[in-house]
Amino acid sequence: MTGNNEAELSRLLKAAIAGDERAYADFLTRTAALVRGFARRKIVQGGVDPEDVVQETLLAIHVKRHTWRQDAPVLPWIYAIARFKLIDAFRRRGRRIEVEIDEIAETFAEPETETVSERDINRVLESLPPAQRSVVSSVSVEGRSIGETAAKFGITETAVRVSLHRGLAAIAKRFGRE
Amino acid sequence: MRTEDLIKALDADVRSKAMPLGSAWRMAVAVAAVVAAAMFWLTIGPRPDLMVAMHTMRFLSKFVFTIALGVSAFGLIRALSSPGAPTARATAWMALAPALVGVAVILELFAVPRAEWGTRLVGSNMMICMAFIPLIGLGPLAVFLWVLRHGAPTRPVLAGAVAGLLAGGISATFYAAHCFDDSPLFVATWYTLAVVILTGLGALGGRFFVRW
Repeated sequence: MTGNNEAELSRLLKAAIAGDERAYADFLTRTAALVRGFARRKIVQGGVDPEDVVQETLLAIHVKRHTWRQDAPVLPWIYAIARFKLIDAFRRRGRRIEVEIDEIAETFAEPETETVSERDINRVLESLPPAQRSVVSSVSVEGRSIGETAAKFGITETAVRVSLHRGLAAIAKRFGRE
Repeated sequence: MRTEDLIKALDADVRSKAMPLGSAWRMAVAVAAVVAAAMFWLTIGPRPDLMVAMHTMRFLSKFVFTIALGVSAFGLIRALSSPGAPTARATAWMALAPALVGVAVILELFAVPRAEWGTRLVGSNMMICMAFIPLIGLGPLAVFLWVLRHGAPTRPVLAGAVAGLLAGGISATFYAAHCFDDSPLFVATWYTLAVVILTGLGALGGRFFVRW
């Protein structure tokens, strides 16, 4: 199974780096499943949502895919990134919990503002400049293509690609700093 | 945002390109060497008797040490900047430069009478050495920290420290062409301290500048 994963993921990522969208979608979906399993195994106590780690890892894999050497195995590369992001999430969560305890003392009567299923990525998405945010939302949540997004906002496809790329890079960068 | 929605966005960005890490490192070393050379020529420059000095073992040995340091640090930093890459072999190679210096120190202790050990160690350039190796290395260090940001080091502080060693190897190679103190006793003491300064700066840079 591991051998199959290795060969298949390696093939898909190579095709993706060469520009093949379908191979990339396939690679990301399979990688998400692997990382989800990894995160669920490692997170035994509450506090960190495994799906946040999955999303953060996928973003890191995306913006750092040029760090994979195509002659090296891909699974150690994926798991090293996942482990790094998992540790990061634990560290961040620890900090945030401290902050929350302080806030509770002062705003005791306030109703709870955050739901459990609130994704970290949404918080980061909201911090983006409006142009980038609307392009990223259009392509992801609203499921439009690059062409449809360009038509919707009345801008060129190139402009959509640039906004999308910058938006994703900014999300990947800001994930660890909120 | 659901994970499958995120995948749609990443997939749509498949055509964006970044320079492969291997190329980035090769280019960085070239740029760093040019930056270090410029700083070297604009400040201290080579010693006037360079051609004569080239015929002495002690002078040449300095380049063996500094180039060994640079080459081994280059191998290690490349491994450290790519997640999951094996680092054991590259780490072992880091022992080469200290081992060579160690052997040279022992030979020097046999070759030189005890009464002269102190003067050889203190030399006449230690302050210049301690100032200019870090100074010449600052530009290269900045270049390497930049490439570390472009990479994905899962141990950023260690990677930053190795960036300092690599910058130190390049910088000390230039500085060695200036310095009159060729004794391995001098090199083992002051070059090492100067490179340690760059290593510390690199570790700090790794801690605060290299986040991804």
